[in-house]
Amino acid sequence: MFATGIAEEDRKGSYVDRSISRPCNFEISQQSPVTHTQYPYVTGTSVLGIKYKDGVLLAADMAGSYGSTVRYKSIHRLKAVGSHAVLGASGEISDFQQVTQYLDELVLNDYMWEDGNKLGPQEIHSYLNRLMYNKRNKFDPFWNSLVLGGVENGQKYLGVNMIGVHYKDNHVATGFGNHLARPMFRNEWREDLTLEEGVKLLEKCLLVLFYRDRSSINKFQIAKITEEGVVISEPFALKPNWDFKAFHNPTLGADGSW
Amino acid sequence: MAKADVKLPQMQSGFDFGLCRRNDMLVKQGGKPAKFLKTGTTIVGLVYKDGVILGADTRATEGEIVADKNCEKIHYIAPNIYCCGAGTAADTEAVTDMVSSQLELHRYATGRESRVVTALTILKSHLFSYKGYVSAALVLGGVDITGPHLHAVYPHGSTDTLPFATMGSGSLAAMSIFESGYKEDLTREEGMELVSAAICAGIFNDLGSGSNVDLCVITKGGKEYLRNYKKPNPRTYIREKGYSFAKGHTQVLSTTIVPLKDKVTIIEGEAMEE
Repeated sequence: MFATGIAEEDRKGSYVDRSISRPCNFEISQQSPVTHTQYPYVTGTSVLGIKYKDGVLLAADMAGSYGSTVRYKSIHRLKAVGSHAVLGASGEISDFQQVTQYLDELVLNDYMWEDGNKLGPQEIHSYLNRLMYNKRNKFDPFWNSLVLGGVENGQKYLGVNMIGVHYKDNHVATGFGNHLARPMFRNEWREDLTLEEGVKLLEKCLLVLFYRDRSSINKFQIAKITEEGVVISEPFALKPNWDFKAFHNPTLGADGSW
Repeated sequence: MAKADVKLPQMQSGFDFGLCRRNDMLVKQGGKPAKFLKTGTTIVGLVYKDGVILGADTRATEGEIVADKNCEKIHYIAPNIYCCGAGTAADTEAVTDMVSSQLELHRYATGRESRVVTALTILKSHLFSYKGYVSAALVLGGVDITGPHLHAVYPHGSTDTLPFATMGSGSLAAMSIFESGYKEDLTREEGMELVSAAICAGIFNDLGSGSNVDLCVITKGGKEYLRNYKKPNPRTYIREKGYSFAKGHTQVLSTTIVPLKDKVTIIEGEAMEE
């Protein structure tokens, strides 16, 4: 499953980060210093994650925004990693694709040892942490907030990573989800949520995000990770409610206001 | 009856920005820019079956410090109109006071109860003419002869007329509660529960908001100002015995007694004329 188009020099061991193998240019030249892209181009918005009774649920919409326009409407921002983990990403999509490429190589090389051991979500998260922090130290970060959810030996795992800042919690969110969804999670999350309750909670938050986050669209995916494995749902839409009386004629009885 | 004349403040040329140049110069010379008192804030309003419910938190911040743990952010505009304020505390206080006085004079001139749109128009013309420099973001609500009204007013002078509104740094946390919980024709209890849940979401999830929940319920019949309706952040550990500092706790290093009689001269004379 080697990806095509990788330069000969890069096909080394998988645990060596490619950017280390390239020599750094320390010469102080007449030209301006080496800079990398300063801002993201095609971005994904929030990712939500909660633990529930039987495992972990992740949710994200499928929009790829190019600045203020919704350029791509079928971006899969939830990717399975190995057999028992899912990675969700917000931020620059191309960086997310690069990260998943690294992770695919990691999982493949681990599989090829054929020693009966498998990389669990905690190990994958540690690898991601090193990857993100290392790039950040070279002033060339992966412009992502990554959410890793997984189940290993009955232990549920849910963690976030950006620029090497990493933390775990019972419920997480990236981007706008932090402001809009986390308050709802803090009110309503319980250790023993059933699958229906968990999905209902996520759908409630996804709808609020659709109302109030301009980069989100009404097309979502939910990923479920349990002991049995990973299931990522087909894209679905939610039903927004625009039918308030006050929206029909807002300034009724308030002449002069707008 | 005299013709009702609401006078807008007369200005020759808007703001004088001379002090801004001075501040820039001071900062360039190495001084620190002046901090001002902001109400970090979560303020909300919602229209329910019989009227309007306004809610606010009670934390006022000065940079990173909490300057006032229990300030009042729901301002009086008229007996039937109240206004929550977020942004710079001085601006919200001053602008709501100004509108309140103008409306009182207007009530004497017209002999009628004030209308929410009047307050709205005075606020938005004032804020617009100051180009956003009067940093006041307001949730204006009230019930008048034309019914219940709720408006959101922004610092640059634009307004929104909404069934539910939130403003301030905690507005996203509060809005998530409203968006998932609002229905039409809520009862008074449901409305108060939803408003206090929204303010609590701001208090616990936003660092600029905190302490207690203030509520104000306005109906056709009147208003109910519920100061500190909820106090979800009590001071848990207080020493019951209190603290006492008996004599001898502090070591006295030296004593100097200055008799005041020598310094004060008492002159017998006549009482001052008015």
